[in-house]
Order: sequence, then C-alpha cells, then structure tokens
Amino acid sequence: MQKTRKRYILEILGIVLALLWVSPFYLMIVNAFKTKREIFTNTLKLPEELTFENFTQAFEELSFLQTFFNSILVTVLSVAVILFFSALAAYALSRNGSKLSGFIFFIFVAAMLIPFQSVMIPLISLFGKADMLNFYGLIFMYLGFGCSLSIFLYHGALKGISKSLDEAATIDGCNRLQVFWYIIFPLLKPISVTVGILNVIWIWNDYLLPSLVIGGAGTETIPLKLFDFFGQYTKQWHLALAGLTISIIPVIIAYFFAQKQIIKGVSDGAVK
Amino acid sequence: MKNKDFSFWLFLSPVIIGLGLVVLIPLIYGFYYSFTNWNGVNQAEFIGLKNYVDIFSDQEFRHSLWFTFKFSFVSVIVINIMGLGLAMLVTSYIKSKNILRTVFFMPNLIGGLILGFIWQFVFTKVFDAIGRMTGIEWMQGWLSDTQTGFWGLVILMSWQMAGYIMIIYIAYLENVPKDLLEAAEIDGANAMQRFRHITFPLVAPAFTVSLFLTLSHAFKIYDQNLSLTNGGPFNSTTMVSMDIVNTAFQMNQMASAQAKAVIFFIIVAVISLTQVYINKKREVEM
Repeated sequence: MQKTRKRYILEILGIVLALLWVSPFYLMIVNAFKTKREIFTNTLKLPEELTFENFTQAFEELSFLQTFFNSILVTVLSVAVILFFSALAAYALSRNGSKLSGFIFFIFVAAMLIPFQSVMIPLISLFGKADMLNFYGLIFMYLGFGCSLSIFLYHGALKGISKSLDEAATIDGCNRLQVFWYIIFPLLKPISVTVGILNVIWIWNDYLLPSLVIGGAGTETIPLKLFDFFGQYTKQWHLALAGLTISIIPVIIAYFFAQKQIIKGVSDGAVK
Repeated sequence: MKNKDFSFWLFLSPVIIGLGLVVLIPLIYGFYYSFTNWNGVNQAEFIGLKNYVDIFSDQEFRHSLWFTFKFSFVSVIVINIMGLGLAMLVTSYIKSKNILRTVFFMPNLIGGLILGFIWQFVFTKVFDAIGRMTGIEWMQGWLSDTQTGFWGLVILMSWQMAGYIMIIYIAYLENVPKDLLEAAEIDGANAMQRFRHITFPLVAPAFTVSLFLTLSHAFKIYDQNLSLTNGGPFNSTTMVSMDIVNTAFQMNQMASAQAKAVIFFIIVAVISLTQVYINKKREVEM
C-alpha cells in the first residue's frame, strides 16, 4: 500500500521534471509560429494563428540546405579520418610492447588534458602562415584534437583482441595493413560506434574552432551561420526562434532513431 | 610490431603529425610567445614576465578568473546533486524511466551555442512575461545585471549537463547488486541506511569522475557564455575562455592573451592531474 503510493509520487515527480526539461524547447517552437508583435504581447499562450513565414524566411536566410550540407561534410570527413587513423595507431601501439610505444601512448593520453584555448592562438597563426585556414586545415585540426581520446578508447578495446588472430592472418599471407583492415578493424566495430558518436556530437556542435578557421559565404557550418543569423536578427525573435528550431530538427531526428547507441556511447566514453 | 618496423611508424605517423602540428607545437610556441611582445605580425622580442605581471594587475582578467571559479564551484554542486537525483529516479521501479532518460539527456546533443540562444529567449522574454503577469519582481530583467547573468549561466549549464552526469551515475548505480539491497531490507535496514551503507560506497568512484568532469567542463565553457550573455552587461559575466578569445581576436593583444592562456592551461592541468592522482590512490587502496 505504502509502496504503491510512493511509486505514484515518483511517477508524478518524473513527469513534472520531464515537462520542465522540455519546456525551453516547447517555448521556442510555440513562439516560432507567432508574429513579431504577438511574441511581445502574448509570450506564454499558444499562437492565435500559425505563421509559417518565419520558417520559410529563416530557412532561406540560413541557406539551410547549403549550411546543413557543409556541416555534414565537415563532420563525416573529420570523423572518418579520426576513426581510421586512431584505430590504426592504437593497433600499432597495442601490438608493440616496448617502452617507446608506452611513452607514445602516454603522450597521447596526456594531450587530452590540454584545453583548446591554450593552443588556439599559435595554432591559428601557424596554420595561417601555411595558408591552411580552410576546409582541409579544419579536418586536419579535428584529427589532431580528436585522436587522443579515440586512441585511448581503441587501445583499451584492442587489449581484448588476441594476437593469435594477427599471427594466423599473417601466416595466411596478409600484410600488416590487410590484417588491420580485414581482421582487426571489423572486430573493433562496437568501440568504433562509441568513438564515432562522441566525435560526431563534438564536431557537429563545435563553434569556436571553425569560426577561427573557415568563414566566408557558402562554407559555414550550422553553428557559424546561426551565430551570424542571430546577430542580424537580435531583436526579431520570431525569425531567430524559427532558425533555432530548424537547426535543431536534424539532431532530434538522429536522436530519435539512435538514442540507445548514443546514450551507451556517451556512457562508455565517460566512464572509461 | 617492433620499434624498427616500417609499418609501426607508418601506422603512427598520421596521428603523430596531427597531434604534433595541432597541439604540441602550438603549446610550445604558446609558452614562448607568452614571454614576448608578439602581436601576431611582428618579430617577437623577449620581454620576460611582463605579460604575466600585466594580466594580474588587469582588473578585468582578475574578475573573469574569479567569476569563472565562482561559476564552476556552484555549477559542480548543482549539476552533481541534480545528476545523482535524476539517476536515482530513473533507476527506480517507475514505469516511465526509459522516456525520462531520453528527455533528461537530450540537451547534451545540442550545441551550447544553440542552447544559450534558446535560454536567452526564456530568460529575457518568458521570465519577463511571467514576472509581469504575476507581479513577481525577481523574474523581471534577467541577464541585465551580473547577478541574473550568473544564475542564468548556472541554470543553462545545469540543465545541459545534469543529464550527462546522470548517465555516469546510472552506469555505477546499475552495478549495485540488487540481492545485496534486498538482503539488507530483509535484515531491517531502511532506505536511508541502505543508501548510506551499500549504494553510496559502491557509487563513490562515480563522484570523483563526475565532480572533475563537471569542474573541467564548467571551467572551460565558451559557447554558452557567448550566446547567453556575451559577457554582458559591461563584461561582468565574461569568463576566462571568452576573455582569452576577445583579447586575442578582438583586441589583437596576442602575447597578453597567450599569457592568460598559459595560466588557463595550468589551472585545467592541475584540476585534471588531481583527478588522476585520486583515481590512482583509490586503485592502490582497492
């Protein structure tokens, strides 16, 4: 009896908290349908009539298809590069028991402690001199910043893959790269999902680094474009909110389809 | 794979070059620049500790450092209490726990920049509307002074990170053996005693992980700061990250910004090394 009552209290508490948690999103979406005037006179209520023009205008001003494509391109390429080269390096390190290999691994782990802001200024200056403040430079920088954690996670997973597999494949005539590509990399798939998810979340949302590296019409990712857009319409909440809503939709869709993997990936990445 | 093997170095070279050019070399250059009068263009001249002396007599930097410490301290406490509370809620026997997990975790997937803009709307428009409607004065004029700017940032950060920390606590809470708790219940231990003597000791490692994770996240935030308050009013809510970026790329005082970046690096490194030390110590004890 007492137990059921306690359960109801917890259920209600959970629902109240969940509503509180999504309320900022609710307020954003509801107000994105209002006219500029109505947001000021009527912030809390539902819109009197749905104004879709906010969305069409925001979609156009954000050149959303182009911007979305840029974000996809940067994220997919960077994450592919990070996954492949980090797994390759972790493989080399885990199959070499020497002191040197231990030291290299230590350097990568230690590099995780270095915050972006402490290397940002010389980095931008260096790449600026080499004329690499562009799309390719950005992908390369993501490899540099992303490889440490990725190598660390791959290295942990590789301990569980027996070396006798390597030896068997070598006897069958595989070279090192073939052993990696055909035997090891497929076995690493679960950890690749984790590493991939962690890097996608970070790179997709990153603002500061791309704002310093790329820029100029047609190259901006979603956070960059949104920042400019927001600055332009700072007192016009109806457009700003519509722009924010459009930008979030792809993430919500991805979350809807892959929430189990995402939560598991983040959990594994944080606890290890 | 031996040290002298070609394939060993071939496999390592992309990430070594990547880390070297993107992180290690800039880090070393950064230390060097912080002792010079470099402005991004000129030939750097060595000027000793002058930049460091200057930034510590700089009111704004000292304020941003103090503000960041205060913000991190309060955020760490709030986020961890909320994270643990949410984790205990969604690992209890309620029906809606899966959907609750999904909801609480959601803000983490969306960038700090976007979340900051959304909350800017909530604080300046929605809070204001509620305040005017109900006559509650403290809900009006948010983000227009240091006090509400501070709490606005804490609320934003807590809302975003509590779900992330919740995930970490869940991972540890699910490792607490159910039969142990049941046995204790049969032996007459009440909920408080079970938490104190069984759950808490088993979840203790999660506190170290979560505390330091939140601390270093809070200390480093930039996007949320930029989109929620942009440091305003009058730079009173500018945190260290933002101060470094502004000094470098708005005022073009590269050397001075780099000295701030070195201080920032040392603080973050000390936080992280403390965590490593505590973890190692516990592993030895166990």
